[in-house]
Amino acid sequence: MTTAPSAANRAPAQTGRSILVRVLRCDGPGKPSRWEEFKVPVEKSANVISVLQYIAANPVTAQGQPTTPVVWDSGCLEEVCGACTMVINGKVRQSCSCLIDEYAPREGDVMTLEPMSKFPVIRDLWVDRSRMFHNLKRVKAWVPIDGTHNLGAGPREAPGNQEQRYVMSTCMACGCCLEACPQFTLEGDEKKWDEAFLGAHAINQARLFNAHETGKALARERLDQLAGPGGVNDCGNAQNCVKVCPKKIPLTESIAAMGRAVTVHGIKRFFGL
Amino acid sequence: MGSEHRVIVVGGGLAGLAASVRVAEAGLAVDLFSMVPVRRSHSVCAQGGINACNEVARQQGYSEYEHFDETIYGGDFLADQHPVLEMANWAPRIIDLLDRMGVPFNRTSEGYRDLRLFGGSLFKRTHFAGATTGQQLLYALDEQTRRYESEGKVTKYEFWEFLWPIVEGGRCVGIVAQDLRTMQIRAFRADAVVMATGGCGLVFGKSTNSVICTGAAAARCYQAGAWYGNPEMIQVHPTAIPGADKTRLMSESARGEGGRVWVPRKAGDKRRPKDIPESERFYFLEEKYPAYGNIVPRDIATREIFDICVNQGMGVWGENQVFLDLSHLPASTHHKLEGILEIYKKFAGEDPQHEPMRIFPSVHYSMGGMWTTFVKGSYNPAQARAKHKSGTAAPIGAEPGQGMLAGDPRNMVTNIPGLYAFGEVNFAYHGANRLGANALLSCLFDGLFCGLSVVNWVRNEAPSKAPAAKMAQGVFDAAVAREQAKAKRILDTVTGPGAVEAAVNPYAIGKELGDEMTAACTVVRSEARLKQCQSKLASLRERYAKLRLADSAGWTNQSFTYTRAVGDMLILAEAIALGALERRESRGAHYRTDFPERNDEKFMKSSVTKFDPASRTTRLEWQEIDASLILPTARTYGKKDVSAAGKPAAMAGAGV
Ligand SMILES: Cc1cc2nc3c(=O)[nH]c(=O)nc-3n(C[C@H](O)[C@H](O)[C@H](O)COP(=O)(O)OP(=O)(O)OC[C@H]3O[C@@H](n4cnc5c(N)ncnc54)[C@H](O)[C@@H]3O)c2cc1C
Ligand code: SF4
Ligand code: SF4
Ligand code: FES
Repeated sequence: MTTAPSAANRAPAQTGRSILVRVLRCDGPGKPSRWEEFKVPVEKSANVISVLQYIAANPVTAQGQPTTPVVWDSGCLEEVCGACTMVINGKVRQSCSCLIDEYAPREGDVMTLEPMSKFPVIRDLWVDRSRMFHNLKRVKAWVPIDGTHNLGAGPREAPGNQEQRYVMSTCMACGCCLEACPQFTLEGDEKKWDEAFLGAHAINQARLFNAHETGKALARERLDQLAGPGGVNDCGNAQNCVKVCPKKIPLTESIAAMGRAVTVHGIKRFFGL
Repeated sequence: MGSEHRVIVVGGGLAGLAASVRVAEAGLAVDLFSMVPVRRSHSVCAQGGINACNEVARQQGYSEYEHFDETIYGGDFLADQHPVLEMANWAPRIIDLLDRMGVPFNRTSEGYRDLRLFGGSLFKRTHFAGATTGQQLLYALDEQTRRYESEGKVTKYEFWEFLWPIVEGGRCVGIVAQDLRTMQIRAFRADAVVMATGGCGLVFGKSTNSVICTGAAAARCYQAGAWYGNPEMIQVHPTAIPGADKTRLMSESARGEGGRVWVPRKAGDKRRPKDIPESERFYFLEEKYPAYGNIVPRDIATREIFDICVNQGMGVWGENQVFLDLSHLPASTHHKLEGILEIYKKFAGEDPQHEPMRIFPSVHYSMGGMWTTFVKGSYNPAQARAKHKSGTAAPIGAEPGQGMLAGDPRNMVTNIPGLYAFGEVNFAYHGANRLGANALLSCLFDGLFCGLSVVNWVRNEAPSKAPAAKMAQGVFDAAVAREQAKAKRILDTVTGPGAVEAAVNPYAIGKELGDEMTAACTVVRSEARLKQCQSKLASLRERYAKLRLADSAGWTNQSFTYTRAVGDMLILAEAIALGALERRESRGAHYRTDFPERNDEKFMKSSVTKFDPASRTTRLEWQEIDASLILPTARTYGKKDVSAAGKPAAMAGAGV
């Protein structure tokens, strides 16, 4: 597991301490990267976001060099929007739910912040994850409703099925599963996205919509996509994805289920069914 | 390009996405702008659920009309009534639509949609998907939008910031926006612009809102001449976890599912909650409000908690906090609340299944917002207005289509024709206090119902004769030049990288703004404190004029973006403070220590603020509201007087 020690058995952290934060910075696409260090006083219930907020307001390095504020992406600050994902102490996770007391409980403790490596860097810790949304189009991750007119309720659903769909549907497109996956590699060229590996995130979404009564209408098209280049067969079954998913989505189950469905779909196709 | 008509939607939360889907479905091209990828919009945070009359509640005597009635009563009679009636009437259809889109609503054993109890109602009428309902709703709309995007009917501009509406010939004909990566500023033409930019929690520094909820977009429209209604109506949610970067919400569903709020009866009791016997616990909401108990509306719960902590010094362990206790609930209930319990576990480090949570009120929602208008439907009961009695059948003729006139181009349009405001950013529906689980509904209702109004404006009114696409270039170029000049003025303050002294540091100014607004303009307000707040705002404005920026980058310059927003937040703060000062009564979320009573004669009116660009000052006017359906009554939720000592004292305002 890549998570920090669980909050419940957290060692008491020193109060009034400062920590050293090392940030891998980059001014923009194609620009070289560099490390900068910041000494940051830690307030009560500090997280990586409050640390970055401090740096934004006081952009001076630990060595006393004036610099520019660090740029990063965030939104909800409660681990539900997926925006703030970065690599912290070598492991990918959300920065908003990363509490300093767990990671750097003592005076002078060091934390490192790096942008995800599987997506092009926009600036500093902010990366461009548009490929993830593009992949949602590839697997047609939607229910093809007839329109917004008043046509009555949707299909009734057994609670068990709802529970299964709900968990899959909590995916916040954070990208952790892709950062951890050896098969998913950085691809800056948009034109190559349609052939490149979809990754656990999109495969799981294909399963989610194939599990809905009306969503099923597009099941064949989704399976065609998953059977093609960059589809489910590119998965090397390393299982890294499931270990880092903050929403505990059973990704390997989803991949296995889609793998089977693709096989069956292939056989049916072969026999023209 | 396809059609020569284009519609711009600014904001990709629930309101913006619903509008995009509705307008695209009707065949107009949509350009959708958002500061963040729309799937990450603030709506994703909503936890508890969405209200609508349903079959089970109906068979117990509930109705759309009662949903309407609760919303008006909950909002302390400040909302215009006809639009609320229409919203309540449409609610069941909206749930059905979401259901068809595949939202994984919780199910009963028979496979029907499950329901939970929420504040301000005695009926179960809240539909939910775990404790992350907003996320699930937003995703469903995001998916439908993506479908239209892949068909070329919606064009997304994500990581683009709206800067200004372009108004020409008395109507809105486009916007100026900036790419937050390249920093390019450019104009976009449109025959209608829908603002769906959400709330303004960041004006108060820490709130339950996302980091993008600055209110800057609304403040810019306001400075461009759009009016802003009931700015003083800011909801402070009773139950949030304080944090270093924000406050995190503990949804009302925690109480709806049986969570109990309490403090030790003895002030300063240092024992662990588990060691305090039942008889030594003060369940103050349950004792004071026997009918509603822990699910009284938010403004009431907030003031009671505030009173217990701040006035009576009875906060848990001597701090400003009370217990929100779920530890007595069964595992199946904990399971339904998993999403929020996880949040508490993660951020507070304790497990609410075993330990009561410690919470305190926090700024949460803005009932006020951009002023909008509407056209009444045909429902106008001949009988005199009356207080609707719980559980009786809806008056005849109150069905959909009767509250607001469907498709009329004037529904939810601002005072600038062609400029619409949908969702949290407008001031309609929630009056002086919003009921839990009514916000998501109003966002979707605006997008789906008033989306048609936008379409009809474009097809049948001024734009049909003079489309924005055919207008002379000059006005668009001039608007871009003005925004470039504003940007240059801020960027020119950069003297070099590094720390900036606090007096002129935009982050320090932003923080002081938040601290001041929280202290003066939230739970309790008074003439003296508000005047002090106004002078503080004036001094912050002066400091802002001399600000210094630390980053001159022409690429992805976040400090610049934030700094520009602080200027707009200062303007919005002024409107909020002015409204709070001028409303010399107490109503809903607005509580004045010097005027503790509601005063219908003088103030059952909307406060409408208008900005004067020449003097850069805010003016306030009072405007009559449509209260033609329900007669205002005292809003007490059956309160009783009790003290921590135990026995209920005399009944106050019983029976109303
Ligand atoms: C923690 C929390 C829990 C809640 N729970 C519930 C609940 O259970 N039930 C309920 O009914 N309500 C709930 N609410 C309220 C509800 O979530 C919001 O009122 C609602 O989601 C607002 O939606 P919206 O579409 O108006 O705006 P938002 O979802 O806030 O979206 C605003 C959009 O505008 C964009 N934007 C903003 N400024 C600009 C700009 N300058 N340029 C370009 N784009 C811009 C943003 O990028 C975003 O896409 C909750 C609120 C919070 C904070
Ligand atoms: S199981 Fe497949 S998708 Fe998951 S990390 Fe391994 S290779 Fe990647
Ligand atoms: S599947 Fe999990 S790790 Fe992957 S994007 Fe979704 S939430 Fe993140
Ligand atoms: S900011 Fe939304 S997940 Fe961290």
